[in-house]
Amino acid sequence: MRAGTATLDVRRLVGRFTLAATGHVGRISYLVLEMIRALPEWRAWVPRAFEQAEAIGYGSLFIVALTAGFAGAVTSLQAGYQFTGSIPAYFYGGVIVESIVLELAPVLTAMVLAGRIGARFAAELGTMRVTEQIDALESLGRSSVSHLVLPRVVAGTLMLPILVVFADLVGILAGWFAAKGSLHMTNADFVYGAQYFFKPWDLWYSMIKSLCFGLAITVVPCYMGFSTKQGAEGVGRSTTTAVVSASVLILFLDAALAKLLLKPA
Amino acid sequence: MIELRNVSKRFGDLVVLDGVDFEVRKGETVALLGPSGVGKSVLLKHINGLIHPDKGEVWVDGLNVPRLRRRELARLRSRIGYVFQYGALFDSLSVAENIILGIVDEAKAADKAYCERRVRECLELVNLDPAVAEKYPAELSGGMKKRVGIARAIAGEPTYLLWDEPTSGLDPVNADIIDSLVEKLDDELGVTSVVVTHDVRGAFRVADRIAMLMDGRIRAMGKADDLKASTDPAVREFLERDLTIPVTH
Repeated sequence: MRAGTATLDVRRLVGRFTLAATGHVGRISYLVLEMIRALPEWRAWVPRAFEQAEAIGYGSLFIVALTAGFAGAVTSLQAGYQFTGSIPAYFYGGVIVESIVLELAPVLTAMVLAGRIGARFAAELGTMRVTEQIDALESLGRSSVSHLVLPRVVAGTLMLPILVVFADLVGILAGWFAAKGSLHMTNADFVYGAQYFFKPWDLWYSMIKSLCFGLAITVVPCYMGFSTKQGAEGVGRSTTTAVVSASVLILFLDAALAKLLLKPA
Repeated sequence: MIELRNVSKRFGDLVVLDGVDFEVRKGETVALLGPSGVGKSVLLKHINGLIHPDKGEVWVDGLNVPRLRRRELARLRSRIGYVFQYGALFDSLSVAENIILGIVDEAKAADKAYCERRVRECLELVNLDPAVAEKYPAELSGGMKKRVGIARAIAGEPTYLLWDEPTSGLDPVNADIIDSLVEKLDDELGVTSVVVTHDVRGAFRVADRIAMLMDGRIRAMGKADDLKASTDPAVREFLERDLTIPVTH
């Protein structure tokens, strides 16, 4: 009898989860559709997108540089620890550059921005929702999507690839210096290894990934902020859910894109 | 003219509106009375399409609001000023910028001199010093925020004004000032108004007709004297609580 009840509860739980997830997917799709419809209202969203781009890009440079720098240096040190003596020195250049370009720079930058930008978007829009500012905007005959969502999504999606290129440069430089300092490899070895393993597609792949991550870390938090209910507690809940969901989505997209776009030679 | 026909709305299991019929004629001020949490604001938000009914029709100037397309709805909303319960001012914008956002005509909104003049006019209409224009909402008192919210709602020269609890949370002096403002703006601007409130005295003072919303339906509707003469026990009980204090017109 108890086992039967437990089975029923699990079924109910799965059912509820499925319903909730389907509801979220449906509402996010509707928001995306609304964004596409709002695209012709460029007078409303373009100037605001520039403001957001400045806040996202310039405001994130330090934290992105810090993260990429440490990631590059640690990759270099760990490569030295694992492979010293077993592979030629120039391999390190390839390992460091490829790790940073293909994985570390896009994923870590997106994760950092999911926290920094995602939380901000969800909290801003959530507060605007519970204080009726979004209703006020709509009641003035202005689209909340073109004034609030589209500028954030466009700015975030376009700024992420730029920040990832910046992270690539900082990460590679930090890895290079760490390799020179701890592995005593020459500049020529590093450059030769980096060029030997590098394929132009790697950079394209990194950019495609960044665009997808950019969409994930902007659309999800904007949706969460828009759906906020129940005052300050609701804003807190939306913010947490936005960061967690965006981070999980980044990992999911990372795996899916690697499977789809990276084919062994 | 505003007309709600058999409007029903539920949130989850909670039935808020259950077949509401409600009509506001051109140029009149109708107060929508009822206890807190009965669905007055929900009804008001149906009028400018912020909430869509589950059932029934909402008509404004011959337009079926829930069926309007995006642009048609935006055009209709530009003719309806909405005064929010807590002002709903954009806290990242100054008072002047908030009011300018209320100027819905794009050509006028782009004219800097017109905007400055309109901000000053609107602030004067709501009895606020034009110097307030440079302040931010966080620097204003509750009563001032409400008045700036009113200034924003009238900046676009609307033909309808929807007032959501304009006096709630205010001390009696400020509530009186806001009631006077409702009367003054309705007279001076000639707008059609719906005032949602649970303040019986304020409703009797500002409204041409009064509607009582209870249990998801309009329980009674008519002129002040009609409502005072109502034999419905629920209506009498609600009114008598506040009308022991004399009302001045």
